Amino acid sequence: MSLEQFKNRNVGVQNYTALDLGKSPETSMEKFSQVVKRTFKGELFVGLKVVFGAMGKALFGGDMHTVKYPFEKMPISPRYRAIHDMLRLLESGNYRCIGCGLCEKICISNCISMDTRYDEEQRKEVSEYTINFGRCIFCGYCAEVCPELAIVHGPRYENAAEQRAGFSLFEDMLTPIDKLNLQQEYDGFGAISPNADENIKKTPLAY
Amino acid sequence: METTLIENLPQVTWVGVFIKAVMILAIISAVAGFGTFIERKVLAFMQRRLGPMHVGPYGLLQIAADGIKLFTKEDIVPQNANKIIFMVAPAITAATAFIALSAVPVFPDFTIPDFVPVIGGVFVPSIASDVNVGILFVLGMMVAGLYGPLLAGMSQANKWGIIGSARTAVQFLSFEVITGFSLIAPIMLVGSLSFVDFNNYQAGGVTSWMVWQQPVAFILFLIAGFAETNRTPFDLLEHEAEVVSGFATEYSGMRWGMFFIGEYANMITISIIAAVVFLGGYDAESSIGWLTIIFKIGFFFFLMLWVRAAWPHIRPDQLMWLCWKVLLPIAMINIIVTAIFVMI
Repeated sequence: MSLEQFKNRNVGVQNYTALDLGKSPETSMEKFSQVVKRTFKGELFVGLKVVFGAMGKALFGGDMHTVKYPFEKMPISPRYRAIHDMLRLLESGNYRCIGCGLCEKICISNCISMDTRYDEEQRKEVSEYTINFGRCIFCGYCAEVCPELAIVHGPRYENAAEQRAGFSLFEDMLTPIDKLNLQQEYDGFGAISPNADENIKKTPLAY
Repeated sequence: METTLIENLPQVTWVGVFIKAVMILAIISAVAGFGTFIERKVLAFMQRRLGPMHVGPYGLLQIAADGIKLFTKEDIVPQNANKIIFMVAPAITAATAFIALSAVPVFPDFTIPDFVPVIGGVFVPSIASDVNVGILFVLGMMVAGLYGPLLAGMSQANKWGIIGSARTAVQFLSFEVITGFSLIAPIMLVGSLSFVDFNNYQAGGVTSWMVWQQPVAFILFLIAGFAETNRTPFDLLEHEAEVVSGFATEYSGMRWGMFFIGEYANMITISIIAAVVFLGGYDAESSIGWLTIIFKIGFFFFLMLWVRAAWPHIRPDQLMWLCWKVLLPIAMINIIVTAIFVMI
């Protein structure tokens, strides 16, 4: 089909192929028999059966789809980009950030600001680290660029606030030292969500 | 069919009738409120949701919360509305629904024990007034109820209300014809308009139920009953997708609540009529007779919710087509066939 045929807006002159929708009734006898056929086909009762079965499954089969949100939460995909977390080294408990400043450089909304200094052992340490969440667009470049997997996106997505400006300090995002054993490692950008198996549906081959 | 059960029972005094009326008003209002809870729960389960869960155990106190909300809401009358008619219309729906219930058998009869002061020993009948044209009276009262939505829609100075009241007129009036004609055939078989006679006619157990003799009338009555109680395949009066809320668009608070109670009371009335006329009614002799009729009424109530979950609406023109071109001829044929059998 050429482009000219697509541009032709005069209804009725196009060369369309009609779908085969079957014969529609013409005489009143045919119309009547169609009504009778549809009346006694029992499709309405199939509908009743389906919803009754759904009720039975919901009540007794545990197939209830409601998630009582503030009390229950759906598992969240590792790819989800929520409030940042600063991770620690599991062996020593020190923070992983080496103060390289790549995240500050790559941040396209200029919301990360950091300051570093040399400590008494001439190692670089982070003296100031702030993310302005009023500016952050959660693009994920900081986590992507970090060579030490120190800054990652955590699971805290409930970050509605009353004011636009909201700052997060390094200590707030850092894993608490007493909860180091609960620290989640970032699964990587190709990771699937933990309940992916449940969400997979069979491909409807019948179609 | 000369003797009815009423004649064997103690004298019905006006005190008993008064107590019965208060009972119907209180209990049916409460049951209608509970019906909203049941409806929300059943619909939720059929859509694999939980329904109301947070007020009370399993959301049971949701009715109380809804009641408090409805009672304490501001009573708004729109600026250009006809104020008197606007304010009276919900009362018509609720009142006619309860008046209709005064002539159907609700709950068993009993005598108040003697130790109760003042009203001790008073016999409370099962029917508040056993008029000999019971079915006609109930149907007439339910038809009078159509003035509620009709006047409400026309008085509120709102285009959706006008459309809603126009639909009230066409839907309720045409389906009233079907209800009447579908009940004529059972009435011819029984030869009486009293619900007690209907009950006695079917006293011989499941096989003597009217539904086996009059299956067509039963289905016609169910369809018409759904249309008259404004239930889902035919709830064009306040079809949200088309006419916002139809006749109830401008109503809020307790005035809207009265429409709601009236609608649920009508659902109960239709369920009672269907149970008494077609499914054998109550069994006055056995001790669990009243449980069976409550079970039957509950089944019809559940059927209304079930159908609401499963079936889509139909268009107004389809509704009219169904009424006048399909159901009415079938009802006529049913009456003629029944008449021939009665004559033979």
